Amino acid sequence: MKPILSVQHLKKIYHTPKEEIVALDDISFTVEEGEFLSIVGPSGCGKSTILSLLCGILKPTSGLIQYAPSIHIAYMLQEDSLLPFRTVLENCLLGLKITHQLSFTNIQYVRSLLKNYGLEDFIHHYPHQLSGGMRQRCALIRTLALKPDILLLDEATSALDYQSRLIISDDIYNILKKEGKTAIMVTHDIGEAISMSDKVLVLSKRPSKVQTLYTISFPEKETPMKNRQKEEFQVYYNQIWRDLDVQL
Amino acid sequence: MFNYSEEHAAYLRAIRKQKFWIHFFRIFLLLFFLIFWEISANFGWLNPFLYSSPSRIFITLFSLDSSLFHHIGITLYEVLLSFLASSFLSIVCASFLWRFPFLAKVLDPFFTIFNSLPKVALGPLIIIWIGANLSSICFMAFLISFFTTTITIYQQFSSVPSSYLLLMQSMKAKKYQIFWNVIFPSSLDSILTALKINAAMCFIGVIMGEFLVSKKGIGYLIQYGSQVFRLDLVISGILLLGILSYLFYLLIDFIQHFIHKKRGN
Repeated sequence: MKPILSVQHLKKIYHTPKEEIVALDDISFTVEEGEFLSIVGPSGCGKSTILSLLCGILKPTSGLIQYAPSIHIAYMLQEDSLLPFRTVLENCLLGLKITHQLSFTNIQYVRSLLKNYGLEDFIHHYPHQLSGGMRQRCALIRTLALKPDILLLDEATSALDYQSRLIISDDIYNILKKEGKTAIMVTHDIGEAISMSDKVLVLSKRPSKVQTLYTISFPEKETPMKNRQKEEFQVYYNQIWRDLDVQL
Repeated sequence: MFNYSEEHAAYLRAIRKQKFWIHFFRIFLLLFFLIFWEISANFGWLNPFLYSSPSRIFITLFSLDSSLFHHIGITLYEVLLSFLASSFLSIVCASFLWRFPFLAKVLDPFFTIFNSLPKVALGPLIIIWIGANLSSICFMAFLISFFTTTITIYQQFSSVPSSYLLLMQSMKAKKYQIFWNVIFPSSLDSILTALKINAAMCFIGVIMGEFLVSKKGIGYLIQYGSQVFRLDLVISGILLLGILSYLFYLLIDFIQHFIHKKRGN
């Protein structure tokens, strides 16, 4: 299979008047279509920086980021960042509005996403009237509205309590698989990474390099919640934990 | 149309009751003050020549008949003109400062200087430059309100959470799109609060200006009254000002409530 994204020798240096910080030293990986890649690493190792580089908010100091031709990327941030003065529907349409794609069919598509993912009764509500899990789903739909080929997820569940996180992980996983999206997720939660992903990229501490790349395979494909109960889950968990532990 | 439980009905009744008592005590306080004032003046506890009385104020205002509305009209016109000019230019100027952070850094000390400068000190200069007329009064009021309002609104623009900006950047939004979709609507509530203060400042500026140059307006009435020692006129003018500025405040407050309601708060 031809990779949809390939990253080669990515390097990023942050400059402040006092010092320079080498956030990423040498990062290379590839992602294939439909794949779910997670990036884990010690805190402050520049995980989120990778996503900012991938979606073009930041420019790399050196290295190459190559996408397959005509690929759309969308970024889902750690905080849901739903605008408090826009209704659920208006929030979900924001990206379409910014990119001048507010056509009837696109609006219908967003409405159908809201309907499928249990927000139909809330489309004219304001974000502060929703629960944490619903807000996160709303943020995901806002991201999906742009019909991206690749989704970048930055700690998409870390603002939630533990129970909601497990449920939302399942939700996100199911939605992405159903819509057939490629995803790259940054997380500090090893369990979340293993249970949701096809591949897990473990980074070393700053200046970070690729420590190990795991290909996760369970005997049968199931939802993240069920994956967590399998024997293999624990094996992967221990391996990755050891990888990270070496660095601490 | 709705079926409330007994408890909910009681809760709603309690709210209505509280609202009633708030209004009741407001009116009571006002009437009590006016009546006490009137009685004190009539019984000679207060010298009505120095402290006036509600009935004397009423007679004073009545004796001005149509010229009263002329004076009110002039003052309101000046306030409105300076309020609109300074509100509009403040918002425009704050937007530019947000759009061009370099400019904001360069201008920062100058804004601070002009903001803390007592503008009344510029009064004589303004009169000489512009002349003793309506424009100089409005300009005075404008100067008093413009800098504070600009600084307040600019600070509001800059304090919009950075996660919203990151979101917009991830959608490849242009600067003007970020401004109109996030910065301005997020700050709207605070802008209106700033405009409430702006309105009060414009009243201060206009009255100050009228003290200095005018032959018309409420400020002139007060000034004239004190010169011919008709304190009834002075106190009437002050009372009128209080009422006008409160009405102005209510107008902006109404707009703010409307926005809150629209946003589901």
